Amino acid sequence: MGIKSLDELKALRDKLKTDINVRASGEIKSNTRVIVGMATCGIAAGARPVFSAMVDEARLLDLARVTFVQSGCMGACHSEPTVEVRVPGEEPILYGNVTPETARDIIRKHIRSGELVQNLIIGRPFETV
Amino acid sequence: MSAYRMHLLVCGGTGCRASESKLLAENLQALVMTAGMGREVQVVITGCFGFCEKGPIVKVLPDNVFYVEVKPSDAEEIVSEHVLKGRPVDRLLYVEPEQKGKVSSHGEMPFYKKQLRIALRNCGFINPEDIEEYISVDGYQALGKVLTEMTPEALVTLMKKSGLRGRGGGGFPTGLKWEAAARNRADVKYIICNADEGDPGAFMDRSILEGDPHSVLESMAIAGYATGARFGYIYIRAEYPLAVHRLEIAIAQAQQMGLLGERIFGTGFSFDIAIKFGAGAFVCGEETALIHSIEGERGEPTNKPPFPAESGLWGKPTCVNNVETFANVPPIILKGAEWFASIGSEKSKGTKVFALAGKINNVGLVEVPMGIRLREIIFDIGGGIRDGKKFKSVQTGGPSGGCIPASALDTPMDYENLTCIGSMMGSGGMIVLDEDDCMVNVAKFYLEFTCDESCGKCTPCRVGNKRLHEALTRITEGKGTMADLDNLKELGAIIKDTALCGLGQTSPNPVLSTMKYFWDEYLAHVVDKKCPAGVCTALLSYYILPGKCIGCTACKRVCPASCISGEVKKVHEIDQARCIKCGACLKACKFGAISKK
Amino acid sequence: MCKNALTEEKFRELDSYVDTLPEKHGMLISVLHRAQGIFGYLPKEVQLHVARSLNLTAAKVYGVVSFYSYFTEEPRGDHIINVCTGTACFVRGAEGILKELENHLGIKSGQTTPDGRFTIDALRCVGACGLAPVIMVDGKVYGRVKTGEVTGIVKEYAEV
Repeated sequence: MGIKSLDELKALRDKLKTDINVRASGEIKSNTRVIVGMATCGIAAGARPVFSAMVDEARLLDLARVTFVQSGCMGACHSEPTVEVRVPGEEPILYGNVTPETARDIIRKHIRSGELVQNLIIGRPFETV
Repeated sequence: MSAYRMHLLVCGGTGCRASESKLLAENLQALVMTAGMGREVQVVITGCFGFCEKGPIVKVLPDNVFYVEVKPSDAEEIVSEHVLKGRPVDRLLYVEPEQKGKVSSHGEMPFYKKQLRIALRNCGFINPEDIEEYISVDGYQALGKVLTEMTPEALVTLMKKSGLRGRGGGGFPTGLKWEAAARNRADVKYIICNADEGDPGAFMDRSILEGDPHSVLESMAIAGYATGARFGYIYIRAEYPLAVHRLEIAIAQAQQMGLLGERIFGTGFSFDIAIKFGAGAFVCGEETALIHSIEGERGEPTNKPPFPAESGLWGKPTCVNNVETFANVPPIILKGAEWFASIGSEKSKGTKVFALAGKINNVGLVEVPMGIRLREIIFDIGGGIRDGKKFKSVQTGGPSGGCIPASALDTPMDYENLTCIGSMMGSGGMIVLDEDDCMVNVAKFYLEFTCDESCGKCTPCRVGNKRLHEALTRITEGKGTMADLDNLKELGAIIKDTALCGLGQTSPNPVLSTMKYFWDEYLAHVVDKKCPAGVCTALLSYYILPGKCIGCTACKRVCPASCISGEVKKVHEIDQARCIKCGACLKACKFGAISKK
Repeated sequence: MCKNALTEEKFRELDSYVDTLPEKHGMLISVLHRAQGIFGYLPKEVQLHVARSLNLTAAKVYGVVSFYSYFTEEPRGDHIINVCTGTACFVRGAEGILKELENHLGIKSGQTTPDGRFTIDALRCVGACGLAPVIMVDGKVYGRVKTGEVTGIVKEYAEV
């Protein structure tokens, strides 16, 4: 599966871009992406149980088309563990100080019913190149 | 899937709440219900948007429209115009002070533009353990571009033009470093990634390695192409197990996909990478010491010249760059040197990641354009000082840096300015101190660190810093003299001039900068024998306030020195001569009758 | 104590690692990392063994072991308590936590209790500054620790 040329890499990128639901809001994609900040500090603050609780809740509710991603540091160390929810076509929402219980709330309310979990939302104050 | 087609986010932060945001939210909710849209539109009270100055704030999703200074009475117009008819309420939109153009989208606002993520672009977004996610966000495109479209010379020119400088401390231009290594002819050359993040309180390199390891691998290969090296080492602290784990996965995936190894992209260029562990020595952040450590030796620095670009690892030309520096390289190649050079200040281009910690509300990693003022970082992004305390100082650059006072908060942050005010960029640690911190004690803390970590090779650092630490200890114990203060200054200057490596030369900075800006505190310790911040135990006294003491005997019972006297229901007294200043009485007293000064 | 015993088997495990190295030159620190992983510490016997297998002088090996703070020549306790003394933790009261811990266990930082249960180690920054002050017991991080909680945390490990 080695990549032999830049063109091959570009083709792979374009395919993956469609597969993996990424990018700015407004672009309609099928999958909701739930990102959990799992760098050392996030894990220390309890991101692992949060991650498993979310996966478990999504399975209990039989939710399809949700991708769970363990990612790196989002920089909001003051509010770890952090969870970002990217619903296709909507602005990404960043939740902070998430516990396994509130993580289940996020799945039930935000992912299933499209209802934001009010008291957990924190700002996402940066731009990315 | 989504039952609601629209969300109205109303800021419920303290600032907005004070200006009736709660009532505003209730009005919005009531109007939405009246309009029969309760199932379509959700009103949400959110945490602070961080833009308290213009509150109350309302944000409308998914339209991404941002209203400021919204009054409860404005609810009607928002619902009737925006919610029902889809027409944003013009008069409530945010007006940018400088150009008076109305800004409706959150991302366009200058406040949010204070942070710009280049080095951290993928952290917290992609899955670092999956190379496909990195590829989907243009990963390895930059490597492909340089290998197929650029000569090594053109690549070096591009890097020089971008103005990128080393993010690990020194601030040496990266392009020049690559050029020097490229110029020296040799059969074998090396690229080293310095991931020995030893500065206590800085963790951006760890975050990049844990969140976006491939960007570092890709850049090392790019540096290899520029300089003619075909092998790279990542020198990483053994204390970062998760970063090591993710790097190992990333290297294996890149090798498997042919993005590392022989004949990458079908070109004649081959490059591979291995991990080397540090073993807990701060000095190994210095490049010559780091090279000796990779060679399996004691990590002691050597004199420069010869620079590693001439004679580095195993005597071969070697180019050492730090993690954050590498993470900046792919966007520069894909977006161009001009783009990068347009960000930042005149001599310091691009962004810098700072690790905000200490007595600040929003502890975290921030990435901001160079030239931003400290005040903006600490108060606008960092959310100000915890518990409403007063800002005293910010320490930047770790043990090599200095303490910056409130009077310098408006200094634009770049390499030159920070050096000018007696600190340095360093790796980007930023520890905020408040009125409860004693500056002499802080200086002592850093000197203790330096004494611990001095490799012992040169006398100024090994012995000089010990003497500085002893003098500071005397001062914090109330035994300091004016002669100690003179000695601190003189010896500090000598160490700066004579130590062997960059770390030794900068080690007196915490003392010298605190003496420069907080001279009064030093005088208070030496002349008045007082610690104004109430930190240095030896200089404190505990007193019982007669007006508040009810004679409950709680303090008397816990005093380990039995130096409190007094009868039940009568005011107690502490015998100052016998008091050991343990503070047990203060903790035991439930009536606030014990004072510490 | 059996867990610190320098058994033949452990030496054989180290030897087989050294044998896999394509090149022994410059590998001293990597071998010491592996050795400490196997034995738990680096006593004189292990240092001499490493010196012989890499064809180095014992002085050279000792020079490296004593230089780096990660390497230890003393056996460690069953539970390692790391107190972060990085700057962020320092300004949020790490000194008080360390003192409380030292008083409670009756040992100084860097030492092991006589019964071999606990070792206290001060550590420079685990990078969890948002949780300062931080202590770590056997790799598990406890954040925003208060002096009053120290005894309770130690108790969790006392019987284990």
